[in-house]
Amino acid sequence: MTRASTPAPLLEVQRLTVAYTRAGRSYDAVRQVSLTVQQGESYGLVGESGSGKTTLALSVMRYLPRSAAVRGGRVLLNGADLLTLDAKAMRRIWGRRIAFVPQDPHTSLNPSMRIGQQLGEGLSTDGLDQRQARQRALSLLADVHLPDPPRIAECYPHQISGGMRQRVLIAMAISREPQLLVMDEPTTGLDTTTQASILDLIRDLVRRRSMSILYVSHNLGVVAQMCDRVAVMYAGELLEDAPAARLYARPLHPYTQGLLDSVPRLGQNKRRVRLRGVAGRPPSPAETRSGCVFLARCPLAIDLCNDAPTLFETAEGHTARCHRWKEIEAGSADPRQPASRKAGPPRTPTIGREVLALQDVQVHFPLRRSLADVFSRRIRRVRAVEDVSLSIERGFALGLVGESGSGKTTLGLTILGLVERTSGEIHLLGKPLPSVIAGRSPGTLARMQMIFQDVDESFVPTMSIAEILRRPLIRLSGSPPDEASSKAISLLEAVHLPPEFADRFPSELSGGERQRVAIARAFASKPEVLVADEPISSLDVSVQAAVLNLLNDIQVVRDSGLIFISHDLAVIGYISDVIAVIYLGRLMQVAPAAEIFEPPYHPYTEALLSAIPLIDPRGKQERIRLQGDAPSPVDVPRGCPFHTRCPRFLGNLCKEVDPPEQRTASGGMIRCHISLDELKAVQPRVFAFSSPVEGSG
Amino acid sequence: MSRYLVRRLGFVVLTVFLTSIVIFSVIQVLPGDVARVILGREAGQAAVDQLRQELGLDLPAPVRYLRWIADFVRGAWGESFSLRTAVLPLVARRLSNSLLLAAVVLGLAVPLSVGLGVMAGLRQDSFLDNVVSMGSLALVGLPEFVTGLVLIQVFALQLGLFPASSSLADSSGLGGKIAQLILPSLTAALVLLGYLARLTRAQVIEESGKPYVRTAVLKGLPRRTVILRHILRNALMPTVTVVAISFGWLLSGLIVIEAVFNYPGLGSLLVFAVSRRDLPVIQAISMLAVVGYALANLSADLVYAALNPRLRLE
Repeated sequence: MTRASTPAPLLEVQRLTVAYTRAGRSYDAVRQVSLTVQQGESYGLVGESGSGKTTLALSVMRYLPRSAAVRGGRVLLNGADLLTLDAKAMRRIWGRRIAFVPQDPHTSLNPSMRIGQQLGEGLSTDGLDQRQARQRALSLLADVHLPDPPRIAECYPHQISGGMRQRVLIAMAISREPQLLVMDEPTTGLDTTTQASILDLIRDLVRRRSMSILYVSHNLGVVAQMCDRVAVMYAGELLEDAPAARLYARPLHPYTQGLLDSVPRLGQNKRRVRLRGVAGRPPSPAETRSGCVFLARCPLAIDLCNDAPTLFETAEGHTARCHRWKEIEAGSADPRQPASRKAGPPRTPTIGREVLALQDVQVHFPLRRSLADVFSRRIRRVRAVEDVSLSIERGFALGLVGESGSGKTTLGLTILGLVERTSGEIHLLGKPLPSVIAGRSPGTLARMQMIFQDVDESFVPTMSIAEILRRPLIRLSGSPPDEASSKAISLLEAVHLPPEFADRFPSELSGGERQRVAIARAFASKPEVLVADEPISSLDVSVQAAVLNLLNDIQVVRDSGLIFISHDLAVIGYISDVIAVIYLGRLMQVAPAAEIFEPPYHPYTEALLSAIPLIDPRGKQERIRLQGDAPSPVDVPRGCPFHTRCPRFLGNLCKEVDPPEQRTASGGMIRCHISLDELKAVQPRVFAFSSPVEGSG
Repeated sequence: MSRYLVRRLGFVVLTVFLTSIVIFSVIQVLPGDVARVILGREAGQAAVDQLRQELGLDLPAPVRYLRWIADFVRGAWGESFSLRTAVLPLVARRLSNSLLLAAVVLGLAVPLSVGLGVMAGLRQDSFLDNVVSMGSLALVGLPEFVTGLVLIQVFALQLGLFPASSSLADSSGLGGKIAQLILPSLTAALVLLGYLARLTRAQVIEESGKPYVRTAVLKGLPRRTVILRHILRNALMPTVTVVAISFGWLLSGLIVIEAVFNYPGLGSLLVFAVSRRDLPVIQAISMLAVVGYALANLSADLVYAALNPRLRLE
């Protein structure tokens, strides 16, 4: 019954319900979800952990874990219901009509088979003989822009980088020209620059082969850049579904709005804009709920919301599951409280407020020497941090940004004394700091604290929250034990957690709540300097804003210096007053936050900025892509360490000579052979954005 | 690969060297004088001293060690104190019996247990899986003398299919010897079966859940290819190691089974030698056991490297 004017959709998911059974109890991971992917369309599915997005993707693939069962609905591919097919019939569909690109390239390839073999074996099932399959495998490796396909084909997965493995997985997925690619967070865990080139690749491949994509991600920016249509999932339900441009410009569901307001846009800074985020904690899957699934966290909830809303069609091709969508559309119900916060002009560093100073800090790790090394008297070292000089002011935040392996975490650990520095000086309040933590006095330890990336593993699981907070109070601040308990409660209050959390254990808390406890613990000893290593990257998007705001508020109120380590330039740009860009252990650029987004920038900063997936689909970016992977810190290139990948590479000068530190007018630094004026002349603004949030802020 | 091989070989040599020192030293510190043991309590001190000199017992320990190890390598293993015969042919005969038994046991246990483990692992929670899981747990728990005695009771005494005693006497002929091998090897195989089947099952279940298996399935590969090429190749690696280690156990550790079936293997000879303080025999068997273990481990490492490119290419 298809009309001639509308082509039949490729994939239709109709009222799909999938339930998991755990410990004898059953709960819905996906409830009554319907969606349609047209021929040639890229359809994005956005959600946080536990939203059911991956379960939905795996249902489409007919590859659910044993504990999951489809309780109702249909999955139609070209009109035929996949859910009625047995495994044998699915084998004719897998790879040939729908293919899957998984999240983790490190575990998704067989560790004991060569790449070429793994790529070729799917082709052999189509009747290609060994030689043909090999030829085809090589041309596929070339299609995904892998250098030297014959060599890659002979490699085992562990011999190539994560980005290259993801390209192999993409080559595998497109190898039999399927109509639909189901991609589950295919770039999560990759560096921003690697992610950018993988996304380019996917876009090109899809356009050339007119494939459709079901793209699952938690990253609003990536989906904005990749997809024509976007659906938002929450607690197993689809809350909003609209063309991408429309969803990002005029979101009608309070949750969609909250998600969009949870991540800082490139160029936003805390001194001018306050992130709104979403209050409360993400729902746990086992919770029983009635009414709207978002009720508990919704700023616009009214009595009516106790009745579950249906998906309302708000316009042609735009649906939203909210009773109040009309008011939201008209602007009479706006969850966005005045987002901006009155704040003075950006503070500039003032002399004499310095709390921490690093002078030529160097950290090298010796490598295990092989016999050949001993004979050739070669000493191989990991040059993790190389001649870093920085200073941190009271009440100021220094953002340290770099890709994985850049040495940013090592630098943080070195400041704390958890890693021994090879040379250089660190001064705290003008006094030199011993290299390792064992040599530092309790008073010094109290003045420097750290928040770790992995929220799950930074607590002793058998200690209650009260005990966790009492320890630094007693040990570092010298509080009498009987006072420590009441101080612990006030710390909890400071991080907006109820006092009854004191008796709970870390495993009873959500990720966001645990990170709040980590912040409370770090501030317990009233530190002068706080090092936060990727403190929000393991958190769900909707709670990131709250944690970021909290960290920022406490830091400003307590007037301590903050070193914020992250790979995300938008987050760094938001939280920091000064930003340091690090590559292979060297600072490439240091600049006040506002300046990092304007030319002149270091060519590496330029590439990083251009690689960020902008949340606004209309945002325009220069496309600067780095070639290959970063060199290993064992074999740091001579001259400028960035010359092997630099888009503005000059020639032998960059290869041979260490570039000078050029000072900018505002006291920043750019380490490059190209003069600042020249850089400014050739570098365009890397991005232009037109965010409604920024406009109203 | 060659670097890996050299490292493993070096490790074998080092292991054998260190354990040979231990074996040598333990025997040195055992109470009682060897010459006195040989000659008996009534012998005069002069005779004992003379024998000590003949045996080189008056030399410093390092020299004695070097002599001993050189003799061992040359095959000059000395004379048994208690049996008054050369140690080498005595031990060699027992060794070949033990090797025969070990080969039959592994030939029975490995295919059966790997097969059962794989089938159970691939059909987790099925009836077959439950039977294999429970059965193998029971086998692991049962001491081998119990299984051995039950097998004798049923197959030898009641059904009369196989002989109860397995002394491998020359008079029993080839057919008789084969029949005699069945019950002891079945007993040892049942012990191994439990371990290996459980290990294989657990590994198959673990590997099946890994993302690369999902990748393989979603390529549309036939189920057989997914199992053989992807799951088993990675799942069987630990099994290889355990099989190799159990080879060492089969060689010289089957003391109880050899006793139950009166089987003339190394284990029972070792027990005999210990009870008679027959040092040359004890030393020879201990060294053989060490070398056997080391070689079995080496072969496990090699098979492991063949299966696992991450080891081979490091």
